[in-house]
Amino acid sequence: MKRKTKKSIPSRYILIGLTVLFLCCILFTYKFDFNDSPINTITGYVFVPIQKGIDNIGSWIYNRTQGFKDIQEVVEENESLKSQINELTAENSKLQLEHYEYLRLLELVELDKKYPDYEKVAARIIGKDPGNWFNTFTIDKGTNDGIKEDMNVIAGSGLAGIVSDVGPNWARVRAVIDDSSNVSAMDLATTDLCIVAGDLQSMSKKQTILFKNMSDSNGDSKVGDQIVTSNISSKFLPGLLVGYISSIQKDGNNLTVSGEITPVVDFEHLEEVLIIKQLKE
Amino acid sequence: MIKRYVAAAVALVFIFILQCTLFKALSLAGISPNILVLYTASIGFMRGKKEGMFIGILAGLLTDLFYCDVFGINVLIFMYVGYINGVFNKHFFPEDVRLPLLLIGASDLIYGGAMFLLRFVFRSKLALGDYFLSIMLPETIYTVLFAIIMFKPVYSVISKFDEIEKRSSKKFV
Repeated sequence: MKRKTKKSIPSRYILIGLTVLFLCCILFTYKFDFNDSPINTITGYVFVPIQKGIDNIGSWIYNRTQGFKDIQEVVEENESLKSQINELTAENSKLQLEHYEYLRLLELVELDKKYPDYEKVAARIIGKDPGNWFNTFTIDKGTNDGIKEDMNVIAGSGLAGIVSDVGPNWARVRAVIDDSSNVSAMDLATTDLCIVAGDLQSMSKKQTILFKNMSDSNGDSKVGDQIVTSNISSKFLPGLLVGYISSIQKDGNNLTVSGEITPVVDFEHLEEVLIIKQLKE
Repeated sequence: MIKRYVAAAVALVFIFILQCTLFKALSLAGISPNILVLYTASIGFMRGKKEGMFIGILAGLLTDLFYCDVFGINVLIFMYVGYINGVFNKHFFPEDVRLPLLLIGASDLIYGGAMFLLRFVFRSKLALGDYFLSIMLPETIYTVLFAIIMFKPVYSVISKFDEIEKRSSKKFV
């Protein structure tokens, strides 16, 4: 097996050489972006098709197992849903009344839509970070579908993350629960600004993320308050729901408060996301 | 010789994709086994330093390209995992499962420790105890458990491949 030619270099020299090379790589890419490299394109066309295939198999199995749900459970659910429909219809008609009134008032004050309907693209998650330290995932849409870096990603009712790297047919999304994620946000009730930071430690212990530096001098913020992205954020569109305050405490300086937020998006079972094509200017 | 490298690389591509899709779905309490480390370590102690390094670099390259903002960190970690395991190539006998399992476990801990040092300490996140208990240890246990189940079948596949290669090289001689 070991046919060593005379000229073969000892592997420890190769190791040292490569270590230096990759250290330079780290420093270089730390300083400059390497996102637009052709490697992104090549890898994208090799990996994304295979990944999509495996993902399809996975969701097929998932759907099959879902199909075996106990019928009893479905019947019960049906009954409770029916009663829910009745309640909701009543509520709906009441809301519709209010909505018409609202529209009339809008015309009155000539207030344009505060939250315009952003153009969105749906994408499927095709892979997640291989390790357990970070929460990033790749989706099956890229520059070919008009995805750009820093576009906001939402899922269900809330903010899921932000596009951090794009290839032609794939993009990487950094989730809001990722340890390196920071979002400028505010308390919807008090409009106090804060920074929402993903944190691996609290995520693995209590499934929460942290918020910091909320200048709540009156102590108005309370547990259960909605936290949304702020309008001063440079990358996030305003008014996207991040989560609800689950615990709160005063900082040492007695001026600001910090605490924990329960995110609204269920990242464990995330399969599809929407990308907002509007970039924050 | 090149054939071995190509085969190992093709296998790595599939393992990488499985790790990002299927094994993420198999996660227990948010922790999934790391078969990228498992595979890199196995190639290391089965085939030696150079092949271990080669596969390590490839594994890190893929991880960095798709999932890391800074290029090179995972390449370095996986390269060293492959190399260190390659050192134990001399002591590896397929009949004894203890050394491979020990090496795989140690490799996963090294990987976790390096991730902590290179990507968390610099951002002044220093709770090593918590990270060890909630991330590194469960991941290692899960990976080693997986290695126990998978070692024999994977080894037989790899050695079968070696046989085929030997036969084809005899033809040329």
